[in-house]
Amino acid sequence: MSIMGIVMAIFGAASQGLTWAILALGVYLTFRILNFADMSCEGSFALGGSISAVLMVNHQWNPFITLLIAILAGMAAGFVTGFLHTKLKIPAILSGILTMIGLYSINLRVMGQANTSLIGQNTIISIFKGLLPEAKALGIKDSTLQTWVTMGVGLVCILGVIAILYWFFGTEIGCCIRATGNNENMVRAQGVNTDKMKILGLILSNGLIALAGALVTQSQGYADVSMGVGAIVIGLASIVIGEVILHKVKNFAAKLMSIVIGSIIYRIIIAIVLQIGMDTNDLKLLTAVVVALALSVPVLKKKKGTLRREGN
Amino acid sequence: MLKMTNIYKTFNPDTVNEKQVLKGLNLELEDGDFVSVIGGNGAGKSTMLNMIAGVHYPDLGSITLDGEDITKLPEHGRAKYLGRVFQDPMMGTAANMEIEENLALAYRRGQKRGLSWGITKEEKELYVENLKMLDLGLESRLSSKVGLLSGGQRQALTLLMATLKQPKLLLLDEHTAALDPKTASKVLELSEQIINANSLTALMVTHNMKNAIQYGNRLIMMYEGRIIYDVSGETKKSLHVSDLLEKFEKASGGEFANDRMILS
Repeated sequence: MSIMGIVMAIFGAASQGLTWAILALGVYLTFRILNFADMSCEGSFALGGSISAVLMVNHQWNPFITLLIAILAGMAAGFVTGFLHTKLKIPAILSGILTMIGLYSINLRVMGQANTSLIGQNTIISIFKGLLPEAKALGIKDSTLQTWVTMGVGLVCILGVIAILYWFFGTEIGCCIRATGNNENMVRAQGVNTDKMKILGLILSNGLIALAGALVTQSQGYADVSMGVGAIVIGLASIVIGEVILHKVKNFAAKLMSIVIGSIIYRIIIAIVLQIGMDTNDLKLLTAVVVALALSVPVLKKKKGTLRREGN
Repeated sequence: MLKMTNIYKTFNPDTVNEKQVLKGLNLELEDGDFVSVIGGNGAGKSTMLNMIAGVHYPDLGSITLDGEDITKLPEHGRAKYLGRVFQDPMMGTAANMEIEENLALAYRRGQKRGLSWGITKEEKELYVENLKMLDLGLESRLSSKVGLLSGGQRQALTLLMATLKQPKLLLLDEHTAALDPKTASKVLELSEQIINANSLTALMVTHNMKNAIQYGNRLIMMYEGRIIYDVSGETKKSLHVSDLLEKFEKASGGEFANDRMILS
């Protein structure tokens, strides 16, 4: 394979990483900030994709507006999970699973079938591409131009999302959400309704994840009811890769950026192992192993420390 | 100001673990009272404080604070009236957040929170002033994570957070029990200093009888969910640990006071 081919594969992976990074940011909100392993993200990711696709294909809606509708639908899903957990006292993990399973049927209902193709549709990617000169005129392949446009759109969305998150988590409410993930008792003692904070965090997270689903759908050209399978693990992989590589980062915006970088690196790793000849079907297993290893690093480090102490 | 009337509370009713913790508790506090609360394990001291704070609700009875019935008010709904410091130094602060962020959360206790900045420049100066009072050098570490502080420092910070916005009532739940003796006495002195400076009303649960006698203007002893001894003023000042032990043994029918109490 030529050097150029590898470079293009890496760019392709990077553009994919950028669109999937918003998913990772959404997972970060629940998993790290709220300390809540939210499984509903698998359903809300596909929900965002399904809704965006159906509105464009069956109802000829503007692709940008479908993104907004996707966000609202994801927020509703997050609310359901939050309601199940805080008001009905269902354990966190189970609340998420219930929403996720429910959403599978809902997504099938939304699309009326298992997948929806966007062939011949205007997507946000094709709209921006249309603003640029033809690939031929630029002297590059059409697929290369597509990759560049996807990267640009992904980058703009990510910068917007990070700016909003940075602002929001600096506000009074945002601080309360962060503290709720840290020490609920203390937050209640300061007169804050922690149930509300959890619901709010879940709404925000699932809204972002549905946006990611819609963006991925528009960039890959189809929505699939099972596109969310493993979304939480992919999100976690991006988070832990980002954290391991940029573990010294303290600033909140930089932390979010490290997740985006983690997401890009994750996609590049996947592209490389596929190039080496790994079976696509084994990817989820690989991802699961990587995340399990990365999450167990603190425990393994501690074990090693104890052994050393005992050895003395 | 605080009035608890005929409070009953049973945990895990109708199970093998059923435990009746409070049995007709009555307590009335005057403005400016600094009350130390003693009693053996399971006497209901912490449960009483948790009732006031809204962590648990009474099965029977009522609680009023300055005339307002707060019996059914949720924990976050009555937080505006209360400052709380817990036994576990981890409980009162958010470890992953900065000292100033913790203070900012406490500074807004009971207020509606919106989308304005969680912490402002003017506040920071106020925090520096207050942290200086603690004399622990925290004023130069505003943006350190609270998780890096020692237990004593965290308790002192929690104490400051509980009183940053003046509470009607300060609840101290064995707040020095988890600290080493030297740190414990430092935190106790700080507590007294802050209570006096702001003329706060306070309830302090302690296992240490010496401290119970030394601090506060009033002392109550609990046994099996009731208050069995209530003393204030000069009588309280002239108490000795032996008097309290005697009272306790009489109440418990000659049972040994638990060893933590004897040792103190």
